[in-house]
Amino acid sequence: MISKDDIKKLATLARIEVSEDELSSMAGDIDGILAYVGEIKNALSKEDITAEYPTKNVLREDVLGAQKTDPETLIKSAPESDGRYIKVKKILS
Amino acid sequence: MIDLKNLTISKAHSALKKGDFSATDLVKAYLEEINKKNKDLNAYLEIFADILDQAAEADKEIQQKIKEGIDLPPLLGIPFAIKDNILIKGRVASSSSKILENYVATYDATVIEKLKSAGAIFLGRTNMDEFAMGGSTENSAYGVTKNPFDPSRVAGGSSGGSACAMGADLALVALGSDTGGSIRQPASFCGVVGFKPSYGVTSRYGVMAMGSSLDQIGPFGKSVEDVEIVHKVISGFDANDSTSVSSSDEKISLKKKIGVVPKLMEMEGIDPEVKANYLESISRFKKAGYEIVEVDLPNISYSLPVYYVIMPAEVSSNMARYDAVKFGSKIEGNNLLEDYMKTRGQLLGKEVKRRILLGTYVLSAGYYDSYYGTALKVRELIKKDFERAFEKVDAVLTPTAPTPAFKIGEKTANPLEMYLADIFTVTANIIGCPAISIPSGFSKAGLPLGIQLVAPYLADPSLFSIGKDFEKAL
Repeated sequence: MISKDDIKKLATLARIEVSEDELSSMAGDIDGILAYVGEIKNALSKEDITAEYPTKNVLREDVLGAQKTDPETLIKSAPESDGRYIKVKKILS
Repeated sequence: MIDLKNLTISKAHSALKKGDFSATDLVKAYLEEINKKNKDLNAYLEIFADILDQAAEADKEIQQKIKEGIDLPPLLGIPFAIKDNILIKGRVASSSSKILENYVATYDATVIEKLKSAGAIFLGRTNMDEFAMGGSTENSAYGVTKNPFDPSRVAGGSSGGSACAMGADLALVALGSDTGGSIRQPASFCGVVGFKPSYGVTSRYGVMAMGSSLDQIGPFGKSVEDVEIVHKVISGFDANDSTSVSSSDEKISLKKKIGVVPKLMEMEGIDPEVKANYLESISRFKKAGYEIVEVDLPNISYSLPVYYVIMPAEVSSNMARYDAVKFGSKIEGNNLLEDYMKTRGQLLGKEVKRRILLGTYVLSAGYYDSYYGTALKVRELIKKDFERAFEKVDAVLTPTAPTPAFKIGEKTANPLEMYLADIFTVTANIIGCPAISIPSGFSKAGLPLGIQLVAPYLADPSLFSIGKDFEKAL
């Protein structure tokens, strides 16, 4: 069972403020969904899976490619900026 | 008067060539329909202010090409509706979210770049479930999109605005994105064709990422030929998408065999009218000269649960970029952590938050192997099932959705019930294969129904030829 505390912890990890109301409805919803998706475990008992998931990393040389936009435009997209800097609140106190 | 109801790309193309009407006439005709219907249907979030300028530009190019005796490119002057999660430089792209309410795209998505150089016209951006998370467009921060055949019902989702614009004749073609059925399911609800290409065939560069191993951009059209024409223009290898692949246009020789999975049709929750229409569609394929072959897909029932592990896992990491620092809107807190928490807590919708939390859970230490790790393995089992089936058949046939368009509000209380609307469509995203939804008739109440065909990986052209055979076999 997923508790309200579990949801609170997940929400902190995911950096989402969740209200008290939302906590209980989310706990119920996510519990139901986890019970449903949990049935995938039954699939593996039937067949031995030796093959690992065949994904591979796609890498490229660390060189500057053609630019689709300029830094000024990107900086202007930030909620707060100052000249060529994006502004954030103090991180170390 | 231009007959928008029966207009296709090739008809519009030849009319533009012959001078029966101009791109400006065509855009004005759509604008008139939009002014009449969009207020009620809420298909478009914004009609671009410069559409008549775009049309004038296209007309100029048409005249120039005719004068020089050059063939007109197929999409020159063709009006498109674009889903709100696809970037067009200099225009707002909000993904129907409050967090991106005023976000202006800083570059063109690859598909947009290709459409621009093809001379297409962008009429506006269409409503959707927030960040493409949903199956009914009820999760939009800007109101629900209504079904053009019955405004008390949903248009489907997540690309509901694009599908509705097509079904209501508010655009000639549209683009959507499809992570678990978000093009095909609304296409079937709105009576149009919707196509999801093989994974990697169309660049994802410039579409807002949801489930990166599942997402594809694809077209809506009035006919199979229309989606084929658009697909040919927007697909192709793109170095800006690390999972992009080169596909060939080579014609695949067909076995003329369609696979069916009787077990699948015995599932609970499939509307009897959908079942009856499916059987009719099978007869139509027989009439078109196809042999119907039963195939066994032993693990297909795991597709939906696998999807609802992998997708939220990918969502939770993709959504981390909305941090009130780099772009988007921001709610002020007392410190940086509060900025994050408040912005994401207040500006993201409930379904988005639910999926981020679910994804955070299945990826967290202690649960990673049992959920995410298992889902990746079962995904491989499902892929192998289909590979075996495709040794015998050209494509697997199912209904696109278990029911016709449902009532607005009918499934919003229970997320799991909403997820079940994706039951037939998610599989193609899980296995990376191409899939198409084609109109197959109407319910007694006059709601559109659709069938879905899934073909082997990179066999996208097969779906176009099988789909056209189905259209002809009325």
